[in-house]
Amino acid sequence: MRLLNRTAGRLSRHRRGRLAGIAMLMLGLGLTGSLYAAFAPAQAEQAESDAALIEEGRELFLVSCVFCHGQNGEGVLTEGGTQYGPSLAGVGAAAADFQLGTGRMPLVQPGAQGAAKSPVFNDEEIAALSAYVGSLGPGPAIPDESDYSLEGLDDEQREEAISRGGQIFLTNCTACHNFSGNGGAMPRGGQAPSILNTSPEHIYEAMLTGPGNMDVFSNGNLTPEEKRDVVAYIETMRDQPEYGGFGLGGLGPVSEGLFAWFVGIGGLVGFAIWIAAHSTRTTKAPMKGTDA
Amino acid sequence: MSDVNHGHLPATIEEPIANPGLPPHSWRPTDVDERLAKRAERQVAALFGLSAVCVVLFLVSYFTLKVGDNHTTFAGFGASNIALGSTLGGALLFIGIGIIQWARKLMGDHEIVEMRHPARSSDEDRQGTLDALALGLEESGIGRRPLVRNSLLGSVALLGLPAIVMLRDLGPLPGDKLYSTVWKPRMRVVRDVVGTPINIADLEIGDLVNAEPEIVFAVDEDGEHVLHGAELQTAKSKAAVIVLRMDPKDLTPGKGRENWAVDGIVCYSKICTHVGCPISLNERKTHHLLCPCHQSTFDLADSGKVVFGPAARALPQLPLMVDEEGFLMAQDDFNEPVGPSFWERG
Amino acid sequence: MSIDTSKVADSNATTAATPKKPGKAGVVANWADERLGLGTVMKKNLRKVFPDHWSFMLGEIALWSFVVLLLSGVFLTLWYTPSMGEVEYQGSYNPLRGVEMSEAMASTLKLSFDVRGGLLMRQMHHWAAMIFIASMMIHLLRVYFTGAFRKPRELNWVIGSLLLLLGTLEGFTGYSLPDDLLSGTGIRAADGFMKSMPVVGTYMSFFLFGGEFPGEAIIPRLFTAHVLLLPGLLLALIAAHMLLLVYHKHTQWPGPGRTEENVVGFPMLPVYAAKAGGFFFIVFGVATLMGGLLTINPVWKFGPYDPTKVTAGSQPDWYMGWPDGALRIMPGWESHFLGVTLSWNVFLPIIVLPGLMFTILLMLPFIEAWITGDKRDHHLLQRPRNAPTRTATMVALMTFYGLMWAAGGNDIIAIKLHLSINQITYFMRGAVFIGPVIAFFITRRWCISLQRHDEQKLLHGYETGIIMRSAVGGYSERHLPISDEAAYKLTARDRDETWSPEGETDSNGIPAKGGRLDGLRAKLSTLMYADNVQKPTAEELEDAHHHADHEHEVQAPLEGHAADGHQFDGHHAVDGEALRGDH
Repeated sequence: MRLLNRTAGRLSRHRRGRLAGIAMLMLGLGLTGSLYAAFAPAQAEQAESDAALIEEGRELFLVSCVFCHGQNGEGVLTEGGTQYGPSLAGVGAAAADFQLGTGRMPLVQPGAQGAAKSPVFNDEEIAALSAYVGSLGPGPAIPDESDYSLEGLDDEQREEAISRGGQIFLTNCTACHNFSGNGGAMPRGGQAPSILNTSPEHIYEAMLTGPGNMDVFSNGNLTPEEKRDVVAYIETMRDQPEYGGFGLGGLGPVSEGLFAWFVGIGGLVGFAIWIAAHSTRTTKAPMKGTDA
Repeated sequence: MSDVNHGHLPATIEEPIANPGLPPHSWRPTDVDERLAKRAERQVAALFGLSAVCVVLFLVSYFTLKVGDNHTTFAGFGASNIALGSTLGGALLFIGIGIIQWARKLMGDHEIVEMRHPARSSDEDRQGTLDALALGLEESGIGRRPLVRNSLLGSVALLGLPAIVMLRDLGPLPGDKLYSTVWKPRMRVVRDVVGTPINIADLEIGDLVNAEPEIVFAVDEDGEHVLHGAELQTAKSKAAVIVLRMDPKDLTPGKGRENWAVDGIVCYSKICTHVGCPISLNERKTHHLLCPCHQSTFDLADSGKVVFGPAARALPQLPLMVDEEGFLMAQDDFNEPVGPSFWERG
Repeated sequence: MSIDTSKVADSNATTAATPKKPGKAGVVANWADERLGLGTVMKKNLRKVFPDHWSFMLGEIALWSFVVLLLSGVFLTLWYTPSMGEVEYQGSYNPLRGVEMSEAMASTLKLSFDVRGGLLMRQMHHWAAMIFIASMMIHLLRVYFTGAFRKPRELNWVIGSLLLLLGTLEGFTGYSLPDDLLSGTGIRAADGFMKSMPVVGTYMSFFLFGGEFPGEAIIPRLFTAHVLLLPGLLLALIAAHMLLLVYHKHTQWPGPGRTEENVVGFPMLPVYAAKAGGFFFIVFGVATLMGGLLTINPVWKFGPYDPTKVTAGSQPDWYMGWPDGALRIMPGWESHFLGVTLSWNVFLPIIVLPGLMFTILLMLPFIEAWITGDKRDHHLLQRPRNAPTRTATMVALMTFYGLMWAAGGNDIIAIKLHLSINQITYFMRGAVFIGPVIAFFITRRWCISLQRHDEQKLLHGYETGIIMRSAVGGYSERHLPISDEAAYKLTARDRDETWSPEGETDSNGIPAKGGRLDGLRAKLSTLMYADNVQKPTAEELEDAHHHADHEHEVQAPLEGHAADGHQFDGHHAVDGEALRGDH
């Protein structure tokens, strides 16, 4: 009976509490937000990824890229007839996504091979710029995650994919990038970089678009499944334990030789010096007998 | 003054300062103080004990850490290898260090002197040997009977021939095997590893395909590979090619090779002409192909000429054609031997 | 008949009545000695004297690592299959499942992943091999720099050089056995080397491979070479090397109590045996630790050999690095004449150059003996500085070797130091000629200047660091005489004598016939010893001491004051003395 007997006083007491205002505010905000999230139209986001995204990309492009790539991405030629920045018509959104995502673009200085560094743009900006570049001409699109993941395959298929990817990797890639993906030398100071810290998406895009001096492995050269297998193999290499101990840089016999000399011979010569060194002497003489 | 000609005895060294002789022996604390000696003893025993502990740990690791399908890992490393290596290594090392400590701290360390002897044998030994030799030779009669000696030498010398001749079946003679590969006219060019034929519509400018002749992947009626094992490896070691599509403007066909490329698509041997490593490092913008072994560099737009490095000959080019459906085929085999140079190559 | 028994002992007193039965060891020793006569052999050798210095242990590193190789190698042969027969891998390393490979590779993968301790043994074996060859090289350098190769040890030098060559071949055959991509590429290159040889090249290639490359025969044949033929030769040569060492006895550094006629050190039993035996365990332990903690030759990442696959950074193991470097920097020269091809670009760096270098190495003791005309036995070592030309020669050879070695890793250097491989190659083409010359000159002058410093110490004493000011204001540094032992060490060396044709006489005093090369020989001999600082004669030493005495007289008023330097000269007991005294 007491419960039902809500006197105005009791409820009023709560209404006049110090936290009442804040409580109402939080309630209001929470309600509004949830209603909006539940009923906000999704179509508006879709529209974002098309025209609006391209427009956003164009604005960014005009500020950051035209110096080398021209007002409409047509490329800039120097007076001598060589190229300052190549034309981007037809390179595809995938190429832009790769270059921007790995931080190679914007280049630190023209002419040099772009080295991977922290990206200047954030993910949204990269998406926008890539969409714009993709709109300049038909070219490879940014791959979907399903393109390079092994999801949906059973264990045996997975194993086969990784195995085949390894053979493809060893045939097409290790000549430049080395057996463990650590990179290799190219003529005149160029470098095929290490790919061990490259994301699967970027590996796929690099194969697809052939950035810098890298050859193109278009989908007519290596099919999307084959590319997926290569990515799977690289991931396996990256994730597998170092069975034999510290990897010594994965550079092959050169680093092994260095370790053999410095650690092996250095250590053993150190031991030899200890073995033949004079041990501590004392000026005292033994009290009894000679040979200790 | 020492005499340079006095061959065998070590000459005395002229010294402005006389040899002061062996310094007096100085003792180690462990020789003098029994307490320190006991401590050193305990140290050495402790080292041997540590070694024994390591052996026990080795045995434990061997039987508990798995290899094979369920490879045990530890901190990103293979656990078995690390554990077995460090325990066995420790076991051995501690024994070694213990023995050395024992020698340094506790074993008698007086320096002792031993006299050398000349390496040369004494004059009387030499004379004795010469006499025995002379007597033996005299008794053999070899000096007096040149016919016996010469015919013996002759027959022993001849014995060398069977030894050499018997090695003949080590291997077949080269013949003309080095002059050709498995490429035949109208043989399709297929992708390596997967074996699918290459259609020119599939390739973009800049595409580099590692390729083989289709016979490498061919199967007969029973589903068996036509080439396998050593035959397959031998075929691949000469027939492997790379196919590159470049802008036809960049291409400078060699004399007589104007129809060897199809729409800017060229095909070269993948085997370096230096010592035979496979090459596929292509610098796309310059179409320079770099060999990873010794850095020979070839220009693929200019008949594979050498532009840098120790290779002496251009990369052999495979003449290409297309069939009715647009698939790449070879017109014919290479027009020169593939791979490293050899004497008879001419 | 009564027998006089008064002199017969009627009690045992303190000794046992029956002789003590020989203990177990005694029984065994007796059995052996009655058949082998060990007593005679061991009498001399149990207390054989070995001089003690760390640089004498470098050869031991080689010896003990060879033992490690034998032991670990036997383990490996229990699982390794030396066959190139094609098989589909179905072992436990998943990324290679279903891949066709040779049985050799498959068995290596089995060792690495399915045999406990297999990977450890493989890695231990490989690390020990690298240490084996490296230690032979530093041992060679030690022997050369100290002049231990002189008479009567020239033959041991020759045996040692052969051991180095055989060790290198053993290493090459060994790392080729797994038939993986990297070592297979090396065999492919070796085939190219053989083909480049004039006239017999293709025949050698076909005979070795049993047909065209790669064939099926090369791995089994390399296996036979690696486990039977080469180890047999190595063991025989090692035995000969040790035998000569025991016969000649080890060389020693000059010093107090040491002469050409004696050897001073520790006896075989117990000290030397303990040090050598302990070092064996240490070498074994270090090789095992390296095998357990450091990855070497991860063949699963290379995959099986395929003539169409290759990896960037393809190098042979380090000890073949220098011919590889020569091969890389060689320009592409080839001659075509009379219907044949002569590939200078391969033949010169890989066949001619190593052959030449090895021959020079073998001949070094004989060349030096010819130039100096020195026919004496030498058992005392020389400090490198006292043979400047010899030291400089080896440093020049080392520079040549080192530059070639670096050229062999030019692509790794290029990516790690951000250089152009083309520029590195061009640089090396010049450097391998200029570098050794520069190194020779610098080293030689450096040795001579060190000799001068030694002479200064001998004549004028060592620098105490105490600066004295004379009454009239001049500053000079106070020198104090070095100890007798130190002075003796500095003078315990031969005087250099230039060879001259007139000096050659036999025991009867008849002059030798002049040879055609006499002029050259005399000139080389002069150049060899040019500018060398000889040790002072007794008179020079006396003069210097007089001079020093005079100096001391002049400075006598300062004697006894704190910091006059006598604390450092080793002649005075200075317990309880403060450096600065009361000042």
